[in-house]
Amino acid sequence: MFVETLGRKSTKALEELGDYSRFAGRIVYWMARGPGKFARRQLMQQAYEIGTLSMPVVMVTGAFIGMVLAIEMYPEFRTFGMETHIGGVINVSVIKQIGPVLTAVMLAGRVGGALTAELGTMKVTEQIDALRAMASDPIRILATPRVAACLMMMPALTIGSDLLGIAGGYFMSVTVLHVDAGDYWVNARNAMDNYTVFSGLIKSMFFGLAIATIGCYKGFNCGSGAQGVGRACTESFVASFVAILVMNFFLAKMLNDIFTMIWPNAGMTL
Amino acid sequence: MTTPAIQPPPAPLIRLHEVHKAFGSLVVLNGLNLEVQPHESLVVVGPSGTGKSVLLKHLVGLLRPDAGAIYFKGTRIDQLTEQEWDPIRRHFGFLFQMGALFDSLSVHDNIAFPLREHGTFSEAEISDIVCAKLRMVGLESTAKKMPGDLSGGQKKRVALARAIALDPEVVLYDEPTTGLDPIRADVINELILKLQEELQVTSIVVTHDMASAFKVGNRLVMLLEGKVIATGTPDDFRHSTDDRVLRFVQGRASPEDLQALQRASHDAQTIQRGPG
Repeated sequence: MFVETLGRKSTKALEELGDYSRFAGRIVYWMARGPGKFARRQLMQQAYEIGTLSMPVVMVTGAFIGMVLAIEMYPEFRTFGMETHIGGVINVSVIKQIGPVLTAVMLAGRVGGALTAELGTMKVTEQIDALRAMASDPIRILATPRVAACLMMMPALTIGSDLLGIAGGYFMSVTVLHVDAGDYWVNARNAMDNYTVFSGLIKSMFFGLAIATIGCYKGFNCGSGAQGVGRACTESFVASFVAILVMNFFLAKMLNDIFTMIWPNAGMTL
Repeated sequence: MTTPAIQPPPAPLIRLHEVHKAFGSLVVLNGLNLEVQPHESLVVVGPSGTGKSVLLKHLVGLLRPDAGAIYFKGTRIDQLTEQEWDPIRRHFGFLFQMGALFDSLSVHDNIAFPLREHGTFSEAEISDIVCAKLRMVGLESTAKKMPGDLSGGQKKRVALARAIALDPEVVLYDEPTTGLDPIRADVINELILKLQEELQVTSIVVTHDMASAFKVGNRLVMLLEGKVIATGTPDDFRHSTDDRVLRFVQGRASPEDLQALQRASHDAQTIQRGPG
């Protein structure tokens, strides 16, 4: 009985994963081939909705994370008289980990759910069927511009969040906690390198891809009626959230391994 | 004197052979056989849930049969891939039950959508075609409106204008008059007749509105439990000897249903009065 249930559930999960992979593969195919005039026109509108409108909320969260890191680290570092080093630690953690992950989580909530709700409603009201009946691939018309917009805007949003995180950390450390500004910046600069910035942005692109493809996939495959759309939105957020955290672990491991492979003698920053 | 050769019957435009379709344990189409001739106006009637809409969706590849075959102009189409379906779909116009207009596009852009996607028209030509199609459905003034600002009947007419934008050979209507008052429903019926006459299309109308069926159909087919149980002209249906057909045409509940209702109300009274 238990084995049967387990077998059935894992078969279903594998089937869904296969379905999702085919869906994502088609999006990549259309992105490479060019999705046509209609989808291209939608790209800017989606970039505005996904990117520009998310910027304020992402920046505010970034600033507060920077400030809270300063508050938590200051007493610990002060014990060893190393409070001027907190700039480096704050900036590296913000740029490498917290900025991309937090931006992705915010976007999964703000945009992932909305994408699923919008496409799910289109599915329920037969608009997606109408596209297919008119010989237009709905993945090309609807999913491709949304995924492309998310992929494009995620690094920009992450940069916004990072900048405010750095500013928040600086404000708290230097203005409120009176750490020496010159030493703070020198240490912060020494801790930072191009690879750190690069790995944060690469991760954010993967997160953007995951959020948008999961959001679109769940919308395209939602159940019937308002309840179906609601359930799809919840599933979409949960799946994106888990995907972000799991991907973050593997990407961090991979990017660090690549770093040691290229520069075997350099010390790891974090 | 030579005897004139006997004309063979025209090859059917669409042929469904022993089509089966089930959703989980629910069997919807159960060995359905149907032929549609070019330029005919076929109406498929039957109670709700007998697979009428499912049948239409099979014709444009929105659903695939579990078993059986579907032919369009002699070519088997049910096993095509999604990409291979696209050229076939361009022969069809599909009017969805609720219209299925794109909410985010204006009426003009909705009708222009298939033209921009599949045509090689300039924007000026597209505007002309959109105007002509809107004039055909009598809604020229709504071009700039959003679908949300239209009434149910208007939405269906705009959706019809979109369905015929690329001058399809076959127009499929999924419950075109459902949810409309009798006058608006009649406007849609007139429109179906007008398109039939002016564009020489083949129409397949799925409905359970018998007034509409008698008005627009030159052949009727009745579906029950996923099978065709009767086919004939509107007059054949009016004078059918099959009780199932006649009951549906006249809108009468079956004796079993009436008995079940009486039993239910009797039980309810017994419960209210209490035991003894």
